[in-house]
Amino acid sequence: MAEAAIVIGEGRKSFFMDKVKEILPEGGNLNLCYTCGTCAAGCPASGLEGMDPRLFLRMAAMGMDEEVTTTPWVWMCSMCQRCSYACPMNINIPQLVYYARQAWPRDKRPKGIIGSCDQALRTEGNSAMGASSEDFEFVVGDVLEEVRESQPGQENLTAPVNKHGAMYFLNQNSREPVTEPDEMVPLWKILNHVGADWTYGTLGWAAENYCMFAADDEAWERIVRNKVKAVEDLGCKYWLNTE
Amino acid sequence: MQDPCQLVRKTYGDPVAEDLRFVVKAVVGEENFIDMHPNKSNNYCCGGGGGFLQSGFPEARRAYGALKNKQIVDTGATYCIAPCHNCHSQIHDLSHHFGANYQVTHLWTLICLSMGMLGENEREYLGDDLREVGL
Ligand code: SF4
Ligand code: SF4
Repeated sequence: MAEAAIVIGEGRKSFFMDKVKEILPEGGNLNLCYTCGTCAAGCPASGLEGMDPRLFLRMAAMGMDEEVTTTPWVWMCSMCQRCSYACPMNINIPQLVYYARQAWPRDKRPKGIIGSCDQALRTEGNSAMGASSEDFEFVVGDVLEEVRESQPGQENLTAPVNKHGAMYFLNQNSREPVTEPDEMVPLWKILNHVGADWTYGTLGWAAENYCMFAADDEAWERIVRNKVKAVEDLGCKYWLNTE
Repeated sequence: MQDPCQLVRKTYGDPVAEDLRFVVKAVVGEENFIDMHPNKSNNYCCGGGGGFLQSGFPEARRAYGALKNKQIVDTGATYCIAPCHNCHSQIHDLSHHFGANYQVTHLWTLICLSMGMLGENEREYLGDDLREVGL
């Protein structure tokens, strides 16, 4: 059965989508959609808020800017790229979603995401949970000592912090040092077992970057640059991010 | 095992998904590994990514994750390995929320368990069947 057609008001122009097309390479292929629905069929967010990726793209193409830039659905798309991966025309819907997130005034974006981004900007370790580098270093040392003393065979376990010239710089999600520090240990053991030369750092140690989810370009770039600096300052060859 | 979107589809593609399977099978035994479908680069996102865990829409997040939960339940597996932080948090919550009761573990936990070097305090995400193994 045919659905009722959506009637578009006279003279509506697609400002939002035109703008996004200008930014993306090849315009993100955004005008190549032939509405096959492959994207919507494989998107777990289809149906939430009455939205799906094909519909979202069609609404943007039809210039329904108001709807596209205010629907909370953009915060329910996980940017997983299942849609663009499966799309026969390689259309970059997640990028369109990203720019729709950006259309929200910063103080109206989800508090949890913005709050985590701001915490990361405030700490030198970029911890979204606001953990200080001193606390991080203390917890690592404390847990390490306990394992070395209590677990036979682990007397030589190491978890270096700020070791200059190490091969690998390892990030750590804040969740472990803050809420379940013992969960850091298995990874140390594996690295130790294979003889990896690695280190944590007090600068830029946290793995997460919520500023990217907040669609705050300037902030997420600042965080990435801080972490790159941390790796370079210690002269490490590889940056391992466990996120 | 969950193929993390970030690691597999968005970064290194199917080769890294094969590497993950190589490690997982070496750790748990080939006969104990069962894939969900679709998988690798075609895998469905669990719903923990993109900031969804912090966005303040827990109901939508779980509705999104219902598909993932079903995929896991359909395998009949008792453990789901989640080699990504977001995936781990989300799938752990899904198992709990939908009453599915499969265990959700980090890969590092099972690697250390199989090598006989997993400490007593590092077993939070193991079920009763494995909690005492090798202690
Ligand atoms: S899969 Fe691609 S071509 Fe098909 S409806 Fe979605 S965006 Fe359009
Ligand atoms: S990126 Fe967003 S729209 Fe595309 S499949 Fe994933 S959740 Fe759906």
